[in-house]
Amino acid sequence: MIEHYLSLFIRAVFVENMALAFFLGMCTFLAISKQVKTAVGLGIAVIVVLVITVPVNNLIYRYLLAEGALAWAGYPDVDLSFLGLISYIGVIAAIVQIVEMLLDKYVPALYNALGVFLPLITVNCAIMGAALFMVERDYNFGESVVYGFGAGVGWALAIATLAGIREKLKYSDIPHSLRGLGITFITVGLMSLGFMSFSGIQL
Amino acid sequence: MSKTKDILYAPIFANNPIALQILGICSALAVTSSLNVTVVMCIALTFVTAFANLSIASIRNIVPSNIRIIVQMTIIASLVILVDQILKAYAYGISKQLSVFVGLIITNCIVMGRAEAFAMQNPPWPSFLDGIGNGLGYSVVLLFVAAIREFFGSGTLFGYEIMTLTTNGGWYYSNGLMLLPPSAFFVIGGFIWILRTLKTDQCEAADFKIAPNNKSEPAL
Repeated sequence: MIEHYLSLFIRAVFVENMALAFFLGMCTFLAISKQVKTAVGLGIAVIVVLVITVPVNNLIYRYLLAEGALAWAGYPDVDLSFLGLISYIGVIAAIVQIVEMLLDKYVPALYNALGVFLPLITVNCAIMGAALFMVERDYNFGESVVYGFGAGVGWALAIATLAGIREKLKYSDIPHSLRGLGITFITVGLMSLGFMSFSGIQL
Repeated sequence: MSKTKDILYAPIFANNPIALQILGICSALAVTSSLNVTVVMCIALTFVTAFANLSIASIRNIVPSNIRIIVQMTIIASLVILVDQILKAYAYGISKQLSVFVGLIITNCIVMGRAEAFAMQNPPWPSFLDGIGNGLGYSVVLLFVAAIREFFGSGTLFGYEIMTLTTNGGWYYSNGLMLLPPSAFFVIGGFIWILRTLKTDQCEAADFKIAPNNKSEPAL
């Protein structure tokens, strides 16, 4: 049992890395990776939000939206899965808002460190992507918690690494028109190539 | 007239959403390994951007500004559900290949970014054109990337064989890297490089300059 969760976790972090294998959350990934410090803060925020939203969306899908899920309420023939997209994004937006308010009240230090990144997470494709992958792969509740955590850790790892590389990279002499976004793309490509080496691992 | 034209054409090269505004990159990379899938994705995104802009622009004056994000999200999500259901009904194979990426149009920053930056301040018709323009700007980059990846990766364009692969008794050794995800980064990086060499005003300013070497003795 534990082995199963562990392999799911490792797979979510390395083999199916959100940022480098599926390119999710790329916009923030490229825009907010100039400094290691802010990158780590954003990474932590993504982990927190993923750990909460993926399981909650899992419950919503299994008990409200999936075909036959409303059997407990006496409607066994209802299939609401077409409402999936709109409910997941609603849940994500609401939870991000709640996490923001809770952090502001109880952990102000972390709240200040995360700053403007928290609200931005709503439109981070990695969060929505994790919810959709969870539905597509039919994870149960326990698996969805582990998957959410793993996906978050993988994304945080990737953005922290990229920020580290970019901090060093700004001292190098890059062709004028490749500077900035261009070279960042190529760097991410090389990192992604590195992460491809995990894809042979069978778990 | 020329202003209308500007709104439509500017996002394609001069102010490209992917190359310059860093918007909508997430899906740009994952769906570009074959042209057929890419074309469907481009049409879907252009449709959603255009109609999201149109609807948001027409209600821009009656939406209170503190709940505008959730209103925009709802409109965009409904349009994406529409696209998703149509694809599932009429192009099931492609919808399976796109898997979660149709749903991810909701969080595609182009749609949200244009709604927030353009449609909230402009009347419906220009906003509609802006949506189409940005959708096309996105499509240009995507089609370029997909054409390169499919051509060199499997020797085909739109699934029709152009270069016969060695595995089929032909002469072309397929470039396996092009079918792997990282190649999308290299191709887009190269695209940005070319675009910025042609349009030098898009270059980013350097963080610092290397001071000229004015020591008289050669460095050891």
